Amino acid sequence: MVIDLDKCTGCGACSVACMSENNIGVLHDETDKIRSITWMRVYQIDNGKSFPDTEVAFIPRPCMHCQGGTSGTPGQAFFQEDPMEEAAHTPCVSVCPATATDYDEETGIVSQIPTRCIGCRYCVAACPYHARYFNWYDVPWPKGTPRALSPFVSPRMRGVAEKCTFCYQRYQAARNKALVSGGEVGEMDYQTACTEACPSGAITFGQLQNPKHKVHQLISSEYTFRLLERLHTNPKVYYMSKREWVRKKADNYVTRHNKFAQAAPQSGH
Amino acid sequence: MGLVIGSAFGFWATPTILYAEKAQPLQFNHKLHLEQVSDSCKSCHTLREDGSFSGIPSIQSCKECHEAGSLMGDGKNEAAFDEYLKKNQPIPWLVYSRQPDCVFFSHAAHTASAGLECAQCHADHGQTTKLRPYEYNRLTGYSRDIWGTGPIGLGGPPHRMKMDDCAKCHSENGVNRACFVCHK
Repeated sequence: MVIDLDKCTGCGACSVACMSENNIGVLHDETDKIRSITWMRVYQIDNGKSFPDTEVAFIPRPCMHCQGGTSGTPGQAFFQEDPMEEAAHTPCVSVCPATATDYDEETGIVSQIPTRCIGCRYCVAACPYHARYFNWYDVPWPKGTPRALSPFVSPRMRGVAEKCTFCYQRYQAARNKALVSGGEVGEMDYQTACTEACPSGAITFGQLQNPKHKVHQLISSEYTFRLLERLHTNPKVYYMSKREWVRKKADNYVTRHNKFAQAAPQSGH
Repeated sequence: MGLVIGSAFGFWATPTILYAEKAQPLQFNHKLHLEQVSDSCKSCHTLREDGSFSGIPSIQSCKECHEAGSLMGDGKNEAAFDEYLKKNQPIPWLVYSRQPDCVFFSHAAHTASAGLECAQCHADHGQTTKLRPYEYNRLTGYSRDIWGTGPIGLGGPPHRMKMDDCAKCHSENGVNRACFVCHK
């Protein structure tokens, strides 16, 4: 997924589409707003300057689907002997004692199985992007609304962690169709709800490794970056912005050619 | 000795207490239909174009062959079926194989892609002359399936298909075993 922050207007359509697609409920009232659940959240940042020069940008944040380590041993990938070596890991997967979450090598998606989750919340604590939410309450579905729930997504019970799955149910449907027709899952056969809902076209979704897909071209741009790249989580969500302050303010901006020189203080910080 | 008796009682009592029985609305002779109508399960249990499984055929499919009052013997069962045909009302079959909410199962992946026979999972259900009573778990409401092995692997009353059965077949055949392949 590539999100163009210069196109994002912060309208929140992606959040709403996500809630509707994935059977995410709303709480009784807002007194427990801190415990509300938004798989797709829109953060607001500004350049910190006063009125005439103020600029605002919005960062939509789905689950980053961090790439798992190739060794498969939790922790091992993180403590590589050679710090220059690129080693990826998925923070939530390595801390889950119940194996309720897993990185799938085939699709590159980090799964979350609510029925297996024991609610210890290690993954919520481990996720550097705060993409994981703990479900504190059984959702108070008002009368009649359960009929509007999607049957393709199982509603979560209270006491489990949940997160964005890149609308995996849509992938399952697309794969099913491809199996019958004998073809492949095409770029447009599988699009997430937020991608479809975005009115400004800021979100692009596809296979990062497939040169035919648009995202593949976008991530080779000089203006793409990822959040907290120095943690080697190797996220599959890329952001792009031509505004330098946005890239820097995203905290995570590491220049492409100077990726591992973080120990030395950077100019401008 | 007490332990043995207790265990034996438990193996008998647990399924008896835990499961309740319900009769199907009608009896259905799979064998007869397989002989007279077609040579494959797929003529009635079809896959849709998008790969989803249409499940139990509608009353319209029955109607294609059965007009009210024809092609059938007489009996209580036939009379009841006749009623459904006349009213054009779907038969409220009790589905043995309803999966828990968190399970995603694709018939397309197993038949169209992997090429499994229906009997691989459904055993000889297509060759039976009668429908088994529908047994459901009193606590969860899920049915006890008509296939699978007994709870201790010694035959006996078949249990419903467990996740382990899916996982076992997937690993034996080198299929992806990631959670999201079957869960949602």
